[in-house]
Amino acid sequence: MELLEMGKYGAYVWTAFGLTLVVVLINEWRVRARQATVYRDIEVRIKALEEIE
Amino acid sequence: MWKFFHQLASPPHFYRLAAIFSPWFLAPAIALIAYGVYAGLFIAPMDYQQGDAFRIIYVHVPSAYLSMMAYMIMAISGGIGLIWRMKLAHAVAAAAAPLGAAFTFLALVTGSIWGRPMWGTWWEWGDPRLTSELILLFLYFGYMALRGAIDDTAKADKASAVLALVGIVNVVIVHFSVEWWSSLHQGQTLMKEGGPAMDPGMLYPLLAMIFGFNLLFGSLLLRRTRTEVLFRERRTRWVKEMILSPGGQS
Repeated sequence: MELLEMGKYGAYVWTAFGLTLVVVLINEWRVRARQATVYRDIEVRIKALEEIE
Repeated sequence: MWKFFHQLASPPHFYRLAAIFSPWFLAPAIALIAYGVYAGLFIAPMDYQQGDAFRIIYVHVPSAYLSMMAYMIMAISGGIGLIWRMKLAHAVAAAAAPLGAAFTFLALVTGSIWGRPMWGTWWEWGDPRLTSELILLFLYFGYMALRGAIDDTAKADKASAVLALVGIVNVVIVHFSVEWWSSLHQGQTLMKEGGPAMDPGMLYPLLAMIFGFNLLFGSLLLRRTRTEVLFRERRTRWVKEMILSPGGQS
């Protein structure tokens, strides 16, 4: 447990690392979500146009 | 060689290749960051002045590095797009902005968290390094707002490229601020005459984090640009053919 306390700076160190992890994960998730949304929107539009034709 | 670059810049090729290459950036990024975090937190020796608080360097410096690098990529891509009318370059610039903003935010916040125990303050107005980094964040926001405000993609590309190019001045200021003015922020540690002023046990995890973050950024940028290309090309024949083909590449 002493290892995790980081002297008296545990709160600062862990907050900084935790926040970094959160921001990186949000970025990873947003990249995937945006690709899925854009792809699906185009797919829906193109397939709808195909059916009209 | 030129043929290769020309092909790479063609949207369908880029769309296909980005999907192939991005995992090759992401996998080593995860490995380097995992090593860097572990070694940085538990193996690197404690700093004799800052104690364990110095370990924040392992997330702060890579973020700060990317905050500037993303901006340079955004501005230079915008410039290439303006001069050579290369559409892919504008897509890269558009994709780099939100990523750059995220890492600038991280650099500011982790810096603030580090500053509190070391300098006794979360924030110091008037400090050149801190203020110019905050301006960098606002430049990213301004860039994205400008893009969002112009419906015509070609016009948005041009206007935002000019803004990004002008803003390079601020990146130069961020970089040299600790040398030009007196600042609370410590000076350069790595890019110093006579080599890095750091114990190897501290240095290697930091280098791993910097390379790891760069690769992570590369992977994110490739995929974001890929989506941007798809969106911009949504009315083209190749996108239609790809989507209608069995197992179209999502």
